[in-house]
Amino acid sequence: MSTDSKDLATTDGGAHGSVDIPHKPRRADTDIKAARRAERQVSALFLISALSTIGFVVAYVAFPSDEIITVPVIGPTNASNFFLGLALGVALFCIGAGAIHWAKKLMPDVEEVGARTPIGATPDETAAAAELFEEGADASGFVSRPIIRRSLLTALVLLPIPAVVLLRDLGPLPGTKLRETIWADGVRVVSDVSYLPIRLSDIPVGGMVSAVPENLPEVEEETGTLNARAKAAVIVVRMLPSEIRSQQNDDWSVDGVIAYSKICTHVGCPIGLYEQQTHHLLCPCHQSTFDLADSGNVVFGPAARQLPQLAIAVDEDGYLVARGDFAEPVGPSFWERG
Amino acid sequence: MATGAAQAEAAPAASAATATQIEEGRQLYLEGCSSCHGLNAEGVSAADKENSNGPGLIGVGAAAVDFQVGTGRMPLAAPGPQAPAGPKYGELPYDQEQINAMAAYVASLGPGPAIPTAEMLDYEDADLAQGGELFRANCSQCHNFAGKGGALTNGKYAPPVVNSEPVHIYEAMLTGPQSMPVFGERTILPEQKQAIIKFIKTTAEEPNPGGLALGRIGPVAEGIVVWIVGLGALAAVAVWIGVKSK
Repeated sequence: MSTDSKDLATTDGGAHGSVDIPHKPRRADTDIKAARRAERQVSALFLISALSTIGFVVAYVAFPSDEIITVPVIGPTNASNFFLGLALGVALFCIGAGAIHWAKKLMPDVEEVGARTPIGATPDETAAAAELFEEGADASGFVSRPIIRRSLLTALVLLPIPAVVLLRDLGPLPGTKLRETIWADGVRVVSDVSYLPIRLSDIPVGGMVSAVPENLPEVEEETGTLNARAKAAVIVVRMLPSEIRSQQNDDWSVDGVIAYSKICTHVGCPIGLYEQQTHHLLCPCHQSTFDLADSGNVVFGPAARQLPQLAIAVDEDGYLVARGDFAEPVGPSFWERG
Repeated sequence: MATGAAQAEAAPAASAATATQIEEGRQLYLEGCSSCHGLNAEGVSAADKENSNGPGLIGVGAAAVDFQVGTGRMPLAAPGPQAPAGPKYGELPYDQEQINAMAAYVASLGPGPAIPTAEMLDYEDADLAQGGELFRANCSQCHNFAGKGGALTNGKYAPPVVNSEPVHIYEAMLTGPQSMPVFGERTILPEQKQAIIKFIKTTAEEPNPGGLALGRIGPVAEGIVVWIVGLGALAAVAVWIGVKSK
């Protein structure tokens, strides 16, 4: 078996002709000067590595951790980081480069064919292993002591049950959570971050406000999560009433002020790239583009549905309020959305 | 909020433009701007005059003129999707006095936002943390988290803001140049605008402890550099290891 494979390797190699190419000695093999030069180059690389290692220690001591220097191409950067990285990089690279240079120039340069040994065991070895296994099985009493065998099997069969029980923690089912936001009739529309209520006159034509419901800070305090914000964020923009070509319901905007969900209907990124000249709202994640002058319809990109519009009105104090929750679930599609 | 409203309303009156300044501005306007914006700043539509249509300027205010001309966006070099910023401040076709004159002329046509005063631009005492929060909520989607700018649709882009003059940042929020929406004085208060300017200016001066900033646009740019430069270097070394020595 082993002699067969060896023969095969030899004939195969011969058939490809690679052995026929005469061995060409390297310059360092024939020229003593070239060999000396290669020796010097290798040792120089190792010495550079040694010096860089010392340089690393020096740089660690020499540069305070907060010193900023300006390096060409990189710009202002941390001196300590820069020199520590440079020194360690050079030290490691030169050891590797020296070793490879050494191997390529000076170490033995003779092609050798390594014969493969057969992978399978010999029939004798296989039989011996089988015998050993049977001997062990008899000695353990797995067959002769059925009580032990059955109780072990029972234990092993029951063991996966905890994993199945833990699946319950994937629930409870979301219920109506994905369909509701905290917008409700009469909830004021306030600017994000500073929570200022908004009068109609506060938004000039071409203006935009990132807005949230007035009760958002309380809800966030209460729940300790950002879930309410993730669903309720809206973009309020103003255009000339004559520029609004269509909207989801004719009386959902006030005097050109119109509010749409800020959550992309594709995969739920917050959208804010509003171009006031074209009234297009561009999602930064996958470039879905919605036309806020035309019902929030998709004009480009992977989103499949229009942005939900928030019906707004002005309350008796002159501030913008919602007239209820969104008419449809905001954000990306989900299985039961329908 | 009350102060913000007062400032916005008092602003047009505060720019005490003289009649001679307005007249000088009108002359400059007629020479440099009227071919696109119309002889009376009423605007020219593409249907009337191909390739030189410009929006009407009545009511855009002095701030819009100071921003557009002061950043070199106007006079527009060529029609296109974007009005790019022109040469650096100080190398513009108009000096500040001429810009002020044109601004006074445009302001005299109809009420609009005035050029912010030095007091409005004093951001020393502004709230840096609030500025950061407001920037991330209102600006970062287009101008990037570090103010380095980003792409919009159809060849338009949001320019980097880190090197902009505070007055131009303020005016941009006030007037909504080109694609940018307006951020009114009562939805982002004057002191909040100062906080945003302070955040931008502070960010611009931050060093890069990790070395190359790569536009500070985060993992995408860093990933591309690692894949192309880093793996390229590894491939080159692998080839060197494999090449037979001579």
